[in-house]
Amino acid sequence: MRRSAEAIASLLLLLLSCHLPSVLAGAASLGDGYTIAGRVKLEGSGKTTIGFVPPMKNSNAKVILNGGQRVTFLREDGYFSFHNVPAGTHLIEISAMGYFFSPVRIDISARNPGKIQAALTENRRVLQELVLEPLREEQYYEMREPFSLMSLLKSPMGLMVGFMVIVVFLMPKLMENMDPEEIRRAQEEMGAQGVPSLSSLLPGRSN
Amino acid sequence: MAVRVCLGFLILLLHSNFSTALYEDQVGLADWHQKYIGKVKQAVFPTQRTGKKRVVVSTEENVIASLDLRTGDIFWRHVLGKDDHVDQIDIALGKYFITLSSEGSILRAWNLPDGQMMWESALYGSTPSKSLLFVPANTNLGKENRILVFSGGWLHAVSSIDGEIIWKKEFAIDRLEIKQVFQPLESDIIYAVGFVGSSQFSVYQLSSKSGEVLKHNTASFPSGFCGEVSLVSSDMLVALDATRSALISISFQSGIINFHQTYISDLLQDFSGMAALLPVKFTGMFAVKTVSGICLVRVKGVSELEVIEKFNHPASVSDVLTISGEQQAFAIVQHAETKIDFKVKLDKDLRNDVLKETVEMDPQRGHVQKVFINNYIRTDKSHGFRALIVMEDHSLLLVQQGEIVWSREDGLASIIDSTTSELPVEKEGVSVAKVEHNLFEWLKGHVLKLKGTLMLASPDEIAAIQAMRLKSSERNKMTRDHNGFRKLIIVLTRAGKLLALHTGDGRVIWSLLLPSLHRSEACGHPSALNIYQWQVPHHHAMHENPSVLVVGRCGPSHDALGVFSVVDSYTGKERNSLKLAHSIIQVIPLPLTDSTEKRLHLIIDANLQAHLYPRTRDSVNIFLHEMSNIYWHSINVGKGVIRGYSLRSGCNLDVVDEYCFNTKELWRIVFPSESEKIATTATRKMNEVVHTQAKVLADQDVMYKYISRNILFVATVAPKAAGEIGSVTPEEAWLVAYLIDTVTGRILHRVTHQGAQGPIRAVVSENWVVYHYFNLRAHRYEMSVIEIYDQSRADNKDVRKLVLGKHNLTSPVSSYSRPEVMVKSQSYFFTHSVKAMAVTATAKGITSLQLLIGTIGDQVLALDKRFLDPRRTATPTQAEKEEGIIPLTDSLPIIPQAYVTHALQVEGLRGIITIPAKLESTTLVFSYGVDIFFTRIAPSRTYDSLTEDFSYALLLITIVALVAAIFVTWILSEKKELREKWR
Repeated sequence: MRRSAEAIASLLLLLLSCHLPSVLAGAASLGDGYTIAGRVKLEGSGKTTIGFVPPMKNSNAKVILNGGQRVTFLREDGYFSFHNVPAGTHLIEISAMGYFFSPVRIDISARNPGKIQAALTENRRVLQELVLEPLREEQYYEMREPFSLMSLLKSPMGLMVGFMVIVVFLMPKLMENMDPEEIRRAQEEMGAQGVPSLSSLLPGRSN
Repeated sequence: MAVRVCLGFLILLLHSNFSTALYEDQVGLADWHQKYIGKVKQAVFPTQRTGKKRVVVSTEENVIASLDLRTGDIFWRHVLGKDDHVDQIDIALGKYFITLSSEGSILRAWNLPDGQMMWESALYGSTPSKSLLFVPANTNLGKENRILVFSGGWLHAVSSIDGEIIWKKEFAIDRLEIKQVFQPLESDIIYAVGFVGSSQFSVYQLSSKSGEVLKHNTASFPSGFCGEVSLVSSDMLVALDATRSALISISFQSGIINFHQTYISDLLQDFSGMAALLPVKFTGMFAVKTVSGICLVRVKGVSELEVIEKFNHPASVSDVLTISGEQQAFAIVQHAETKIDFKVKLDKDLRNDVLKETVEMDPQRGHVQKVFINNYIRTDKSHGFRALIVMEDHSLLLVQQGEIVWSREDGLASIIDSTTSELPVEKEGVSVAKVEHNLFEWLKGHVLKLKGTLMLASPDEIAAIQAMRLKSSERNKMTRDHNGFRKLIIVLTRAGKLLALHTGDGRVIWSLLLPSLHRSEACGHPSALNIYQWQVPHHHAMHENPSVLVVGRCGPSHDALGVFSVVDSYTGKERNSLKLAHSIIQVIPLPLTDSTEKRLHLIIDANLQAHLYPRTRDSVNIFLHEMSNIYWHSINVGKGVIRGYSLRSGCNLDVVDEYCFNTKELWRIVFPSESEKIATTATRKMNEVVHTQAKVLADQDVMYKYISRNILFVATVAPKAAGEIGSVTPEEAWLVAYLIDTVTGRILHRVTHQGAQGPIRAVVSENWVVYHYFNLRAHRYEMSVIEIYDQSRADNKDVRKLVLGKHNLTSPVSSYSRPEVMVKSQSYFFTHSVKAMAVTATAKGITSLQLLIGTIGDQVLALDKRFLDPRRTATPTQAEKEEGIIPLTDSLPIIPQAYVTHALQVEGLRGIITIPAKLESTTLVFSYGVDIFFTRIAPSRTYDSLTEDFSYALLLITIVALVAAIFVTWILSEKKELREKWR
């Protein structure tokens, strides 16, 4: 954990020294706050959902600052912004049904006005630009397995039937291959134990 | 041997799928979800052809929504942030829904058809002020439309196409309050009128192109204004004077300001007291609200005011609606007993009504609060009118052609408390469900179900299965069921209405607008507080219906007098109500009942005196017997003090009152105000059942749980860190968690989390506490668990001692015995913010527990308590694994299938309530916010009953197959034997 923290620190330093064009934010005009502007990408996230949760529209996603202090929504192109945010370390969460987003840590530097750093808190990935993509899609329902003979056989009742079939058809075969002497001995043993065996039960019925 | 193998297989199969997830076709079987919007504040009707059948509204729950005018269904809806109150709404360009929120600092445009946010503008103000929104009427489509917003001392002109601020102008004059901003049709001049101080009137004329001030006039009126104005025409307005007894008409045509004062008593003979101007937009008239009613006044000239009509309370007037060119219409709704009169008038002909309808109204909806009018073209080309009516219970109705087309029970968006009630027992011979249909039908149903489970069914058949399941009358019966799934959830809403919801499908069984919480002279601003179980008959008094107690208070302050109301849970009738002679600070339901099974309640008033209810001899006798064992505590968050009290008989009242008791302070804990501030407290649920007192470890060791009803969890934070995340650095923040025994005030455990801050959510159950907070160092949310074990009983392990009776197991557990406790704790990261947290509750407490976590995304996640076990280690031993200990990970898993709300959201989630069912494995979960959601969950699957999915058909087929197999083998063996004999 410590090592990764160091890594992040060095990354931050690198970023600072490189003077990368910071697209994250611009200093606000009025008031003493800054603007956090970013973008959420839902469509371009890879595979499409398998129909269960209808594909999300931007209109139903929310962007939440500091655990509910402020809530904003996505524009058509996925952009969002928070205005007049004071310097400090903030947290952005994205709520979009069907997707799992990592919260984002946002550092607004007070010394270096307008300089904003962002990192995912789940995997500590530093973001160059505030473009947020879901870590994974969420499937809220258990998938029904397609019908197969195996699943039928694997069900408790299928197992019962299977077991009975084995007993009915295989046991006599096994018996046939056995030495009649041995059978008799085994039957005697079982009789001594007082446990009625299945093989003795079956012919017993037919009597 | 084979049997054993088979059994082993069976057990494996049963245990293979541990999650309690749903299949998609099971949605709606055990759960229901209802969407609400809250009490409507403003409504606008889109006039564009595409949006004609809709209405867009903003509500007091910070919801904006588009509703279908034909059915009342929600087309789209957005729940804004908790402090993002919508101030003004309008429609621009015919396609954008404009909202001005957060005291006029955020302007947003939403696409009308689908609710997509088109643009958002932040407007910065310098001084807090009333915010105004003006969207000029769309007369010329080619011209760029500008929205005028006045907020925070600035006037902004915003482009309605992309939300860009075109110009802004500050009104920096001291004490200037702009009251109206408007732009007359086809004019390039914007008028801004307002008051400077209390007696000066000011008119600005600005250029709509650049915002330049073209003209500025002021005039003073010596007797002063109260601040309310009503714009009558583009060059005249009406204001109320400082005493609220005279109307001042002000004309400001071409820069000349004229005042004319008219006493209201001259207009209305019976006028007395104070008047108020209604904020409705009329041309050529205005509405005055007086003590006795609403009065419409026409303005003919500066000095000429004429009363058109007077309506007695309760009545409501709508805004004006422009229909076909110059004609304007408005609606008046008046209440008369159980009916409402809906009248529409045209401004050309104010004496007569265009439309007059009388609509039958449910008295449980209270009075009309707001009315919005809309017109439509009838088939004969004449104008028809419909009205959207907001009632006192926050419900929304659409009235058209003399009847209520639809109604929405939107009071359910503001539930403040809830409780449950059992349904009546099914009587012999009375069956609601119809007799079981014939065997063939039954079998057919099951074959269909079987096909469904085997994934063989066609889409049509799947739909048939779904319909069959939802239709099953079993779950909607009005009687008690064997499993205890059918109950009534009784909820109390902010409007002071009680509603009983059936757990089967969420329908409202009865509703009651509490008469005792109705505004009256004795009770000025009544508000409902809580709801408690008053009488739950099961052994004695079986013939009586159960009842609930609703506690309210007659004003916003803590020392306002209390109100009591007892309501029958089956019929929804108020049994009796009581105006208390004392205030209500705290209500303590005692674990005692009187001979008619009424629960005893202690009410603590502002003078720290306890009052016992019900006020009967019987209850006092029971209470006096137990009084020495009753303790209570009070938490003063502001001062940071927790005090514990006991009770003594006798009260320092002038009158002798045997139901009043004095309290005596036993202990107090004072938190240092410079370093700690109480953030959250939590206690165990009173009705919680704990099954096992001890925990058996894998190494045959036993740990005794410290189970006490008197545990109080208190979390304090650094006063600096009491605000939101992002306001402090980790060095300045800390969180201290306490476990306090509320009888003795003993601090059982105290732990400090450095660099942590709130918001804190906590839940206490059995012998553990789980709390959620924010870790500033890692900048992630964290959840901690504390488990307490009783050390003093730890040596009760020797079987010989137990047999010989040399143990202390039978000694009573008392707070005064000061047992040695051992505490284990652990912390984990958790991804999301948490809005609410609860724990499952089952009838006997045998079933393992799950935490129910309401996440920031308004979903409810079920998380096994096993994940929050302080005994988790990174590498559990074999024995620990067998015990079910999960290897330690730094964060708690979020499994999407574990959301009990599956693909639904409980927008604006505020609370989660768990109710044990009679079936041990099952918990009923009710969560509420703007939406309400109910489901039942089985934390360890339904081990004590067959699931609803259980395929009887498959069982039957198996049995038939087995019987057939027996016959076949029998025949075969017969033949074989015969052959053997012939040989």
